[in-house]
Amino acid sequence: MGWLVFAFGVWAGGWWLNTWMARLPPTRLTSLAVPVLFGLTLIAIWEGVVRGLEISPVLLPAPSMIALRFAASTAILWEDFVQTVIKGALSGYVLGCGSAFLIAILVDRFDFLRRGLLPVGNFVAALPVIGMAPILVMWFGFDWQSKAAVVVVMVFFPVLVNTVQGLTSATAMQKDLMRTYAAGYWTTLLKLRLPAAMPFVFNGLKIASTLALIGAIVAEFFGSPIRGMGFRISTSVGQLALDLVWAEIVVAAVAGSAFYGAIALIERAVTFWHPSQHH
Amino acid sequence: MRSFVPVLTVVTGIFAVWYLAAIWLNAPWAYDKATRSGEVLTLQTLIADTWSQDKPKLPAPHQVGIEIWETTVEKNITSKRSLIYHSWITLSATLLGFALGTGLGIALAIGIVYNRTMDMSVMPWVIASQTIPILALAPMIIVVLNAVGISGLLPKAMISMYLSFFPVVVGMVKGLRSPDAMQLDQMRTWNASPAQTFWRLRLPSSMPYLFTSLKVAMAASLVGAIVGELPTGAVAGLGARLLAGSYFGQTIQIWSALLMAAALAAALVSLVGLIQRITLKRMGMA
Repeated sequence: MGWLVFAFGVWAGGWWLNTWMARLPPTRLTSLAVPVLFGLTLIAIWEGVVRGLEISPVLLPAPSMIALRFAASTAILWEDFVQTVIKGALSGYVLGCGSAFLIAILVDRFDFLRRGLLPVGNFVAALPVIGMAPILVMWFGFDWQSKAAVVVVMVFFPVLVNTVQGLTSATAMQKDLMRTYAAGYWTTLLKLRLPAAMPFVFNGLKIASTLALIGAIVAEFFGSPIRGMGFRISTSVGQLALDLVWAEIVVAAVAGSAFYGAIALIERAVTFWHPSQHH
Repeated sequence: MRSFVPVLTVVTGIFAVWYLAAIWLNAPWAYDKATRSGEVLTLQTLIADTWSQDKPKLPAPHQVGIEIWETTVEKNITSKRSLIYHSWITLSATLLGFALGTGLGIALAIGIVYNRTMDMSVMPWVIASQTIPILALAPMIIVVLNAVGISGLLPKAMISMYLSFFPVVVGMVKGLRSPDAMQLDQMRTWNASPAQTFWRLRLPSSMPYLFTSLKVAMAASLVGAIVGELPTGAVAGLGARLLAGSYFGQTIQIWSALLMAAALAAALVSLVGLIQRITLKRMGMA
């Protein structure tokens, strides 16, 4: 009962504090403090409710229990992180985005190809590509190569479509200006069209960054060596070790956010001139 | 119509590559079989063999086509071997999840637009929630919900909901904020109440944004339903067909389930597109 009162108190206190802070003149500090406080409040309520209602750890472990488990099994978590994120997701991401980018430049040279590939690419980008996972696991074996292949297939079309679209974004006026400078195809591409395409490219890269992690983890459900985040999640669920599952989820969430954040930081540095980067 | 010929060319190209890849990938097995039985393969018999194996590495398109025909048209719909039966299971979870996700998304968006506290505290977490690979949690969600007595359609729909609410929130927040200061001032000069401003100005102007998001949400919802079926132990649904196919090396079955999922995705997304065109036309926006 005490824990339930605690949870309710935290909820009311957090709510009041956030309402009060949201009314303050907006600064960098409040725009950071409000969401952080919201998150902390949620965790505290979770802890209080789980303890107060004595929910079985087999259903939902308390945050403190997850933290303990996390600290106790860092070796396993690190091994899984290297297997899934570094070997599977990252190598597939670099390979998939790189090849999509190069092919987009190639496609852009031929109007016929562009008109044919764009609708097909848009169509494929909406398909449940993740279903390719069992086939690719069959072709490339159980180790990280098959996971990287799944990631390549998943990230390819979003990046391709966005890059091709971005390459058309330079205006006729800008292109005419390049022509008056007597700039050839490559100079125009490097100095004008690629920089102008960057906001679109980064949009594709951001979408791809979340897809990459999903692809690498889900592909492990179809077969993997005895390490990896997807493998650990599916086996730990079977053993009802939900605290370890949640620890893996924390790793996945942190890795996913860091990945996305890194892309966003590079975007800010590359496309500093774009209106969406001015705050 | 201008892009009809190029698209047709690209699609034909894909099929050509598919047939060639089938020869290349299935050839080792064909040679293996031939040396064991002491035959010599000519180019013609090699191609014939690689395009008609029982468990090929890559089935040729016509094999997949025949399998789809046999499991949709020639099977009874209630049969467990009918692809239509499995598609229906997946479709119902997709639609339920899509409806729940759209409802949640619109409700959150209204809250975010009208409440400053919610805008500042919830919006960053909505974005952060998508960096969590929710599909990785699918096994746990299914097992836990099963343990508390919720099984069948709802757990899968929850995963679909989680995937589909995000694009709706983002699109609707943008859409509800799309009326400019001039239009909002006009409403104020008419002494419109907040409810009237919402129903007559904000909601109508958000429609184009809503439909764009709904297309993304529909595709995401289908992915969620398929992945949600993986950990249920391959009982029913397109995801279960994928898993069962991968256990028993039935590549033709995997490809037919995959193509069926693709067709389902295409049909659902174009259905939303059709509703979008009709709605926007009647509203005078298209």
